[in-house]
Amino acid sequence: MSVLVYIDHAGGNIKKVSLEALSYATKVAELTGAAGVTALVLGSAADATVAGLGAYGATHVLWANNPLFDNFDSGAFTKAIAEAAAQTGANLVVLSHNSRGKAIAPRLSVRLKAPLIAGAVSLPTLDGSALVVRKSVFSGKAFADCVLAGATNIISLNPNAYSVAKGGGSCSVSAFSPSVSAADFKITTVSVEKQSGDAVPLPEAELVVSAGRGMRGPENWYLVEDLATALGATTACSRPVADVHWRPHHEHVGQTGITIRPNLYIAIGISGAIQHLAGVNNSKVIVVINKDSEAPFFKAADYGIVGDAFEILPKLTEAVKRFKAEHA
Amino acid sequence: MKILVCVCQTPDTAAKIDFVDNNTQFNANGVTFIMNPTDEWYALVRAIELKKQHGGTVTTITVGGAENEQTIRKGLAIGADDAVRIDTNAADSYGVAAQIAEYARSQNYDLILTGKETIDYNGSSVGGMIAELLDLPYLSGASHLDMPDANTAIAKCEIEGGIETLSAATPLVISSQKGMAEQVIPNMQGIMLSRRKPLTVVAPAAINDLASVKVFEKPAPRSSVKLIDPDNAADLIRLLHEEAKVI
Repeated sequence: MSVLVYIDHAGGNIKKVSLEALSYATKVAELTGAAGVTALVLGSAADATVAGLGAYGATHVLWANNPLFDNFDSGAFTKAIAEAAAQTGANLVVLSHNSRGKAIAPRLSVRLKAPLIAGAVSLPTLDGSALVVRKSVFSGKAFADCVLAGATNIISLNPNAYSVAKGGGSCSVSAFSPSVSAADFKITTVSVEKQSGDAVPLPEAELVVSAGRGMRGPENWYLVEDLATALGATTACSRPVADVHWRPHHEHVGQTGITIRPNLYIAIGISGAIQHLAGVNNSKVIVVINKDSEAPFFKAADYGIVGDAFEILPKLTEAVKRFKAEHA
Repeated sequence: MKILVCVCQTPDTAAKIDFVDNNTQFNANGVTFIMNPTDEWYALVRAIELKKQHGGTVTTITVGGAENEQTIRKGLAIGADDAVRIDTNAADSYGVAAQIAEYARSQNYDLILTGKETIDYNGSSVGGMIAELLDLPYLSGASHLDMPDANTAIAKCEIEGGIETLSAATPLVISSQKGMAEQVIPNMQGIMLSRRKPLTVVAPAAINDLASVKVFEKPAPRSSVKLIDPDNAADLIRLLHEEAKVI
């Protein structure tokens, strides 16, 4: 058995979700006695960055240091990854279930005739020689344990489902020249607009502070942002708040917005409609702050405070600052 | 312009989810079904808007049994011209995508639209699989789609921390999400017209599924909420550190 991991990066900065995928793949290799873990990097990056993947478990890196791959086209990337899988004899390909992964993994599944588990949430177990992998279904209301019994299999790993494990390993790096040409790139990037400033992008965030109509208006959001900044968290919001443009759409979490599974989700003034829960119910710890003790969200919460957010938020922000100062 | 919209029927958002046969099958008994929200609100509505702009036809395609027909008629009531139902129950995303691709292969669609994911199996895979099967470009998770002419698609796609504006020539496949269009409620005229619009039932191609579900499991219910006195709100931070260990 041999494992291939596709490493997503932006301008040579390797994404944390790809380090999660690499750490996960390394653990799967250990569980299945695989011969090694090959990391695949497509496009321009620094030598040290690529070689540094050894610390996360890669035994070998294939690197197509070709500026063609600085543009993204799921078809061209799929072609390159499929060639790498063939070259390394990979039985398992792992990638993150992030925006790039969602575009690549289904294409790769077809190209390699390999079963795909899209959005794995935990390590596989073994059933004979088949891998059994858990994913979230019915918008967080259930899990499905799926069987991967192909000659090659693909797992796309949900962001924040597995912790990055850094060790002292090193790896060899070799040049990779897939038969991909400019003609394989059929999508033109017109522009890229950055959204989230310096905060961790919402789908990758471990800590999220989210608020809803209970905040009464966008002018009060500084209370939410102060708490988020103190915690080092990313801000999010409920659908009604995005719909009336109190907050930008990319902050909307829920069934029609973004699905997240952070370690901590703090929901302020959000009643907890089923559509909202569908986007957050796999969060590890949920805190609900609401003045209505009957808000349905309390039933899905680990911790709750029944009270006025306008009084509670400044107290929490102060408490976080004190906590950070004590634990600095 | 010929547009194909992939439409799936899913349990209602508020449906209670249960399983039977030792948790190997979804229990559809007593469940209300709806059109998958992202298929309906974004892919289908935007397709109809683009047809108004450029002319042509909007066809919906559904893989599944006759129990899907109410959902399919709703698509026609919203404004699709005709519908295709491939008469089989696919076991995975690949089964669905391969059936649709086999049908679409000879039809020369300019644009194939899907929702970003279904709210039941959350695979987010059918669009990308169709694109690879038909060797077409694929834009995943588009929140805006404009077609300045019938041969060019310009889409905004969300990536972590930003939005990319991408352009590609038709034919292509695009998965759609919030922002692409606004929900449309079918009017009485649409509902009346939908009854006479063609719904073609097509025999399935021979396709083998790739992945299979071994067993379903519902998450353990969260232990009941621990309430913290609002006057001691700072206690929450201590508990998040000492007990929950998330900060």
